[in-house]
Amino acid sequence: MIEQHLLLKRVDFIFVQDTDWEKILQKSIHRTKQELINELISSELKGRGGAGFPTGLKWKLTSEAAGDEKYVICNADEGEPGTFKDREILTRVPYKVLTAMAVCGFIVGAKNGIIYLRGEYKFLEKPLKDAINEFSYFCNKINLDFTIKIFMGSGAYICGEETALFESLEGKRGEPRNKPPYPSISGYRKKPTVINNVETLAHTYTIFKYGAKKFYDLGVQYSRGSKLFSISGDTPKPGIYELELGMSLQDFVDEFGDGDTKAVQVGGASGFLVPRKKFHETAIGYQGKLVGISLPTGGSMMIFNSSRSMYNLLDNYLEFFREESCGQCTPCRIGCQQLLAGIKAVKKGERPAPYLDKLLKLSETMQYTAKCGLGQSVANSFASIVENFREEMIY
Amino acid sequence: MDSLHKRIIALADLHGRTRESLLPILQGVVEYDNYLSQKSMVEISKELDLPASEVYGTATFYSFLEHRKMGKFTIRVCKTISCSMKGKNQILLAIKEMLKIDIGQTTQDGRFSLVETNCLGWCHKAPAMVINHEVFTELTPEKVRGILGEYMKKEI
Repeated sequence: MIEQHLLLKRVDFIFVQDTDWEKILQKSIHRTKQELINELISSELKGRGGAGFPTGLKWKLTSEAAGDEKYVICNADEGEPGTFKDREILTRVPYKVLTAMAVCGFIVGAKNGIIYLRGEYKFLEKPLKDAINEFSYFCNKINLDFTIKIFMGSGAYICGEETALFESLEGKRGEPRNKPPYPSISGYRKKPTVINNVETLAHTYTIFKYGAKKFYDLGVQYSRGSKLFSISGDTPKPGIYELELGMSLQDFVDEFGDGDTKAVQVGGASGFLVPRKKFHETAIGYQGKLVGISLPTGGSMMIFNSSRSMYNLLDNYLEFFREESCGQCTPCRIGCQQLLAGIKAVKKGERPAPYLDKLLKLSETMQYTAKCGLGQSVANSFASIVENFREEMIY
Repeated sequence: MDSLHKRIIALADLHGRTRESLLPILQGVVEYDNYLSQKSMVEISKELDLPASEVYGTATFYSFLEHRKMGKFTIRVCKTISCSMKGKNQILLAIKEMLKIDIGQTTQDGRFSLVETNCLGWCHKAPAMVINHEVFTELTPEKVRGILGEYMKKEI
């Protein structure tokens, strides 16, 4: 556990102009694959989509996987409530993402890259295509055999789950697969696949440009580097901010709250609600996690002031999950419906207050038995809201 | 050959006839017809040599692939928490009053359909909505009335 908390520090890497991409690409592919992998591993970059898997290791595993047909996929199915950073990256510095995909392809031995873009971001398709065209032209020029295409999603949160995304790419319902096998062995078309979040790819650009140390020097142990945070809710300055990992939630609230912050939802609907009394003891990063559970740190920070009903918040999240559950496994499909019906019944007085404990048990069951991260993480927000604001659920 | 059939053949020529082509083809039909009719799904299944149930099962999984008849302009208002906190209901009310339709309905002239949708990714500029693919943020009832006014003038 990390005891030390960093002061909130603004960083500016991600949105620094990408005009030097041709140079970075050429420089990178003239290094050895091993060197590049080592650089990434020593940076300790972890997946910025939420799950936090070490990026260097992911690329290494895929590079070692047998087979000639491999894929690099950029997960731009940014659907977690309160998250909007990937859209901004693809709008402002698309060449960083394209370059990172090509370098990844070079390392792992993939000739094809796909950007899975959520349907809600359809307006980005055209500018992104233009960028890809220019990028491909340069790849041809330097004899780098790597093609990138865009695949549009059609409005399904679950497709952000990597194996559901593969199913969707293959023209099917976006229903998550069993893991293992993991994507590095068997991903898209059952071939070895690297799948990374947009922001993760953008960070690798920074690392290839400046070297691992510059990245590693930011953050704290186990949580190196900077991260984009999507900040919304009751804040005078909503928006996207790049901050060093490891800050305390108290410092965060002091900077971004409206002076009356009651709670912060960290990690979107699938994350945790942290009440005011726990701001001090909560750090944002991969360690120092809130309640001992691995917290997805996709960067969604939703701030609520004392005028907000935490019942309404939970009701909103559960409705979201009920609609977005793919329906494949019973714990998630039925669980989401029952949790929502349950809190409504308690609120209306149709069920006694201790019924909330039964619902907590149900959410715990979902955490253990649901097939994928969606169903497993419903308990995060459910338990953290019900346990911290129980009276608001009842009265 | 009717125009739907021709369009589906053109889409299949463009995207291919494998299972992987299914989503882009479905999207292509929705782009033109605003929704997937039963007939279009059956036609697609024949063109790709897939069971119609597979096409239907896939299509109905995705919320943007509507399978009920929709208007020319589908208004999707974000109902997730940030938008909900920042006045989503007033936005909905303004739309309902102006178009005289409820959520899930289409105007008589077939111009507008109104639905709610999950997080559009504009939480910092809430409340937000999309009309087909065009995004509108930081909405107020007046702003919405102005936007709809413009859409009423468009040719359909």
